[in-house]
Amino acid sequence: MMCTGRVDLEFVLRAFSNGMDGVFIVGCRLNECNYVTQGNYHALNMALLSRRLLEHIGLNPVRLSIDFMSAGEGIRFAEVNNDFVKKVKELGPLGEGEGIDKEELKTKLAGIRKLVPYIKLEKNDKLGVPLRNREEYDSYFTLEEIDSLVRDAVSYYIIPDKCQACMICARRCPAQSIISGKNQIHVIEQEKCIRCGTCLEVCPARFNAVTKLSGEPVPPPIPEERRTLVRKA
Amino acid sequence: MAGEAGNFDVALTKKPRYVNESICTGCTTCAEYCPVKYPDQFNQDISQNKAVHIYFAQAVPLVSYIDESCIYLKEKKCRICESVCKQKAIDFGQRAEKREVSVGAIILAPGLEPYDPKVRGDYGYGKMQNVVTSMDFERLACATGPYEGEILRASDKKHPHKIAWIQCVGSRAVTPGSNSYCSAVCCTYTQKQVIVTKEHDAGVECTIFHNDIRSYGKDFERFYERAANLPGVRFIRSYVSIGKEDPKTKNVSIRYATPDDGVKEEEFDMVVLSVGLAPPAGFKGLADKFGIELNSHGFCKTEPFNPMKTSRPGIFVSGGFQGPTDIPEAVFTASGASSQIGEFLNFRRDRLTTERKYPLERDVSGEAPKVGVYVCHCGTNIGKVVNVPSMVEYAMTLPNVVYAKEQLFSCATNSAKEIADLAREKGLNRVVIAACSPRTLEGLFRDTLREAGINQYYLEMANVREHCSWVHSKEKEEAIQKAKDLIRMSVARASRLEPLQEFDLPVNKAALVIGGGIAGMTCALSIANQGHHVHLVEKEADLGGTARRIHATLEGMDVQAYLRDLIRKVYQHQLIHVYTDATITDASGYVGNFATRVKCDRGLIEIKHGATVIAVGADIYQPTEYLYGKDDRVMTHLELDEQINKGDERVIDAESVVMIQCVGCRNEDRNYCSRVCCSESIKNALTLKKKNPAADVYILFRDIRTYGFKEDYYREASSKGVRFIRFEPQDPPLVEAVKDGGRSVLRVTVTDPILGKKLEIDADIIALAAAVVPTPGNTEISKLFKVSLGPDDFFKEAHVKLRPVEFGTEGVYLCGMAHYPKHMSETINQAYGAAGRALTLLSHDTVVASGSVCDVNEKQCMACGHCIKACTYGAIDWRQTRDGNKALVNPILCKGCGLCNSKCPTGAIQLRHFTDDALTSQIDAAVPDEEKVIEQAYAAVGAV
Repeated sequence: MMCTGRVDLEFVLRAFSNGMDGVFIVGCRLNECNYVTQGNYHALNMALLSRRLLEHIGLNPVRLSIDFMSAGEGIRFAEVNNDFVKKVKELGPLGEGEGIDKEELKTKLAGIRKLVPYIKLEKNDKLGVPLRNREEYDSYFTLEEIDSLVRDAVSYYIIPDKCQACMICARRCPAQSIISGKNQIHVIEQEKCIRCGTCLEVCPARFNAVTKLSGEPVPPPIPEERRTLVRKA
Repeated sequence: MAGEAGNFDVALTKKPRYVNESICTGCTTCAEYCPVKYPDQFNQDISQNKAVHIYFAQAVPLVSYIDESCIYLKEKKCRICESVCKQKAIDFGQRAEKREVSVGAIILAPGLEPYDPKVRGDYGYGKMQNVVTSMDFERLACATGPYEGEILRASDKKHPHKIAWIQCVGSRAVTPGSNSYCSAVCCTYTQKQVIVTKEHDAGVECTIFHNDIRSYGKDFERFYERAANLPGVRFIRSYVSIGKEDPKTKNVSIRYATPDDGVKEEEFDMVVLSVGLAPPAGFKGLADKFGIELNSHGFCKTEPFNPMKTSRPGIFVSGGFQGPTDIPEAVFTASGASSQIGEFLNFRRDRLTTERKYPLERDVSGEAPKVGVYVCHCGTNIGKVVNVPSMVEYAMTLPNVVYAKEQLFSCATNSAKEIADLAREKGLNRVVIAACSPRTLEGLFRDTLREAGINQYYLEMANVREHCSWVHSKEKEEAIQKAKDLIRMSVARASRLEPLQEFDLPVNKAALVIGGGIAGMTCALSIANQGHHVHLVEKEADLGGTARRIHATLEGMDVQAYLRDLIRKVYQHQLIHVYTDATITDASGYVGNFATRVKCDRGLIEIKHGATVIAVGADIYQPTEYLYGKDDRVMTHLELDEQINKGDERVIDAESVVMIQCVGCRNEDRNYCSRVCCSESIKNALTLKKKNPAADVYILFRDIRTYGFKEDYYREASSKGVRFIRFEPQDPPLVEAVKDGGRSVLRVTVTDPILGKKLEIDADIIALAAAVVPTPGNTEISKLFKVSLGPDDFFKEAHVKLRPVEFGTEGVYLCGMAHYPKHMSETINQAYGAAGRALTLLSHDTVVASGSVCDVNEKQCMACGHCIKACTYGAIDWRQTRDGNKALVNPILCKGCGLCNSKCPTGAIQLRHFTDDALTSQIDAAVPDEEKVIEQAYAAVGAV
C-alpha cells in the first residue's frame, strides 16, 4: 500500500482471524515522511490500539509488531524481521501459546472485529496524534480503557411502541441495518449494526423511538407478525 | 564546442560500455561469473567489484558496464560474461562513439570533487590504515557499501568503538594545497555521520574536533543539538594534530587542547577526516572548452546578481560548480537554470514534442475477471531459486486465472509486446506480473497494458525477486512456497481491481506571486519572460522588501542600483500586473485552477491563476536585550548599515564599535540560526574600517558562520584588525550605559573563554545582529493556501532535499526568506528555482490527476467527519444533500495515501486501487490453506 497509515484495524484483526500467528507492519522512519501526511504516526497508534485489543481477548500483544525504517536499511529490516519471527515462533501457534481454546478464540476475534467501526469512532481522537516520545507508547492506550470500551459498547434499539415507521432512520443508516417497510415497525439488525448512532440522531424528536443501551443486552426484536403498525385514530 | 548562444554545436564522445544498454536488463548474472576482482571505485576502493558490474545500486540506467580491468579488453581472453548473458547484451565490438548535438543553451553541472587529503600529506591519510575520509566513512556506513553497512576498520576488520572526526580538512586554510574557503557542508554531514554511527552501534564514543559549528541551514541548529546531545558524543573546539599510530593496535592518537586541561593526547580506533569540497576534476579544461571564466578558487565565475549565469551568454551553471553547495541548493539551482533557459529559448518552445497515441481501451466491465499471469525468470535471478515453470503451473490452478506463461525477462521489449499480444488474443482483462518490485517497473507494465487496450489499473505485480528469490536464495523450499503465496495474493487482488481513469484538468496559464521583494520579483520576471501572465501582490506601498534596507552585499555589489533596475523591469513588463498595499482575503481552488481575492490599491479583485508562488519574505527581530530601544546608540545591524550609508558621524567617527551576534535566535524561543548576520556584521565592520581605520571594531560571536567563499571576508576582517571575541550562550555579554571620566560610553562586559577572564570594552556604538524572523502573516497565508509551516513558522517545503521549492499542496511554490533566512544570491537562485517548477506546471495545457484517489459512497457516509480530519491535503469537504452532509473528495487534491480510508467507520470512503475489498482479498489469500482461501476470498466480496 501507499502508506502505513492505510493499514486498517480490520486488516490486522482479519489476519489474526485467518490464523496468522504474527503481523508485522513496517513503514518509513518517523518524522521523515516524504509527503506532509506523517501517516506512519497514524499506523503507530492503530498498532498500539490493536495490541491492547489483542491483550483484551487474551492474545499476546507481541504478535503484532510495528517498526520504522528507510529503504536503505535492508540489513536492519532483516534483523528486525528475523527477531520478530523468532519471538512469534517462541509464542507458538495463535491461541495455543496463550492457552485459549480454538473455538473460543474465533468467537472472541469475531466479536472484536464486529466492534471495529465502533472502536474507530470512539478512539478517533487518539488515532491521528503523533507520539513523539517512545515512553508514551505503552501508556497511550491502557488495557482498562479497552476493557471498558468493549464492556460498555453501546447498542441501539428501536422501541416498537414508539416507532411510527417513518423510514427516516432506515434511509439514513450507513450500514443498511434497519429492516423497514411502509407501516412496518422498524427493527435494527444487531448483527449488521455498526453502533454509529445515526438512527438515534435522525429519529424525529416527537417519536423519540430509538434508545441507546450501554453495556446491557438488547431486547429481542419484535416478531415479524407483530410488526404491522396499528395507527390510533 | 562551437557556436554561440542559441546555436551551439557540441561534439560528444560516448565511451564504450561493452554492454548493449537497450537489451541489458540489469540482472547481474555477468558480474557473478566475471573472474576479475578490482577495487570498487564507487566504494572508495575499499572493497572489490568485478570488471563487469552495475556502477551502484541506484545507477541510471540500471544496467551493467565493463571497465578497463576486463581481461578480455587487456589480453583478449575470457569472454565468460558473453556466454552467460541470456539476453546477448554483451558487445565487445562497441567502440567510442562520436556524437554531434545542436543545442540552444548549455547547463554546466559537473558537480564537485571531495578534497584529497593526500595532497598535503598530513593527518596520516594513506599512511595510517585507520584514518579515513568522510567519503570513505559515508560508504562504510551505507547498506550498499563495502561491508554491507558494517563500519569496519581497515587494519583488523573490527568495529571501531571510539571514533574521532576532524573538521575543516582542506578548508578554511591558506596553507599551500588547502582551500581558503569554507566548504559549507562538512559540519552538518559530520553530525549526520555521528547520528548514523550511533544508530549502528549506540555504544560508540564519538568525538568531533571542530572550529566553528556552522549550522546555518534550515533546521540545522536542531540537528546539531540532536547529535551533540546523544550520549557518548563530545564536540571539542580545538585544532588538532595527528600523533602516532600504535604499531600493534593500529589505533591513532590525536593531540588537541582545551581551555581547562591544556594540551592532551588521546587514542582513537578510527579517525575520520571531514574533507571539504573542491572544484570538479578537470575544471580548467572544462572552462577552456566552454569559453567561460573561473573565479579564484577554480569554481565557475558567475554574475553577482545571477549566480546561474556564466561569463558566456547561453551557458548556465547549477549545483556545486557555483561553489560549495548543499543538496537543496543544488536541486533548486537546477530548476533555476532550466527556467533561465526557458526564458532564453521561449520562442522555440514545444517544437520538438510529440504526443503518444494508445489504442482505444476495451470496456470489460461486464466480463468476469480473466487473469493472465506472467512469471519472469529475470535471467537467473528468480529462476535459479524459484522453479518458474512450476509457478506457471500453480498459477493456472488459481481462481480466475485463464492463462499463465513464463518469460525470460518480462521487462524486455519483446516480452512486453508478447504480454500485449497475448492479452488481446486470450481476451485477458487483468494481468499479474510475477517479477520484481513495482517500484522500478510498474510504470513500464502499465504502459504495456495500455498498449493492449486494457485499463492500466488492471495490472498487479507480485514481487518474487526482491521479496523472494534475492532474500531467500539459501532456502529454496521456503522460497518456492513464498513465491506461490505472493502470486496467489496478487491474483486475488487482481480479480478485485477496478478500471480507473486518470483525467486531464485544464491549467490556467497565469501565476500569482505573493510578495514583491527580490524573491517575488525575480520569480515573477522569469515566469513572465516565458509568456505567462503574472499577478504580483505586495503588502507594502512599494516593491523591494527587505533589500530596500541593504546598501551593498558583502562582496561589494550595489544592492540599491540592482533593485531599482529590477523594479523598473517588473513595472515595464507587459505580462506582470502589480498590486500594492495588498492583502489576500480569500483563496480557493487547486492546482491549475486557483481563485484568490485581493484587497489592494485597485480595490477588491479576484485573480484566477494556475500556479501560486509564496515569496512573502521575513522580518527583522526587534531586540529587547542590550538596551535596544532604551539607548539610541544601540541599533540593529541593518540600522547600522543605514547609518553608515547616510554618513551618520556618530557612527563613522566612533572610536569603538561593538557588534553582538545571535540576538534573538539560537535560543529557546527561536532555535535556529539566522544565517546572514555573521556576513552582515563583517560587511559593516569592513566598511567602518575602510571609512575610519582607527576605529576599534569588535565582533562578539558564538560561532562565525561565514560559509562558502564568504570565509575570505572573515579572514580579511581579522587581518584588518577587527577583533573577534567568542562568548558562551550561558554567559552572554553585559551592556551598561556608564560615564567614564566625563565620557558617556556603553560598557560591554564579556567573558573570553580562551583567556578565561572578563573583558570590558567601552563602546560608542553597539550593533546587534538581530535575528531574521518569520512574518506574522505566515500563519494566515499558510491556512489560505493549505500549506504548512515548520517549527519556527517559516514555510515548510514538500521535501527538504528533493522538492525544496514546492509544497505538499500541488501548484504552490516557495522561494526567498519565507522559506528560511538567506543571502540575496541564494534568494535569487531559489526564485529562479521556484519559477522553473511553476513553469513545469504552466507550460502544460492540462494536469493529469491519478486514478488512485479516494471516493465516497454517500449511502454509507454517516457524516462523522473523521476523513476530513485525517486529510492533510484538504481534499475532502462536505456536500449538502437531502440526507444531510456527506463527505466529498476532490480527486485533484487527493494524493491517495488512504489515511481517511482507515479512519472511516463505515467503509464509505474508499481509496481506489487500494480498496478494503482489494486489500482484504490479499490478506485472506495469504492463508496457505487453499480451500480456506477460496472460501474466504469469495466470502470477502462486499463484506467490508
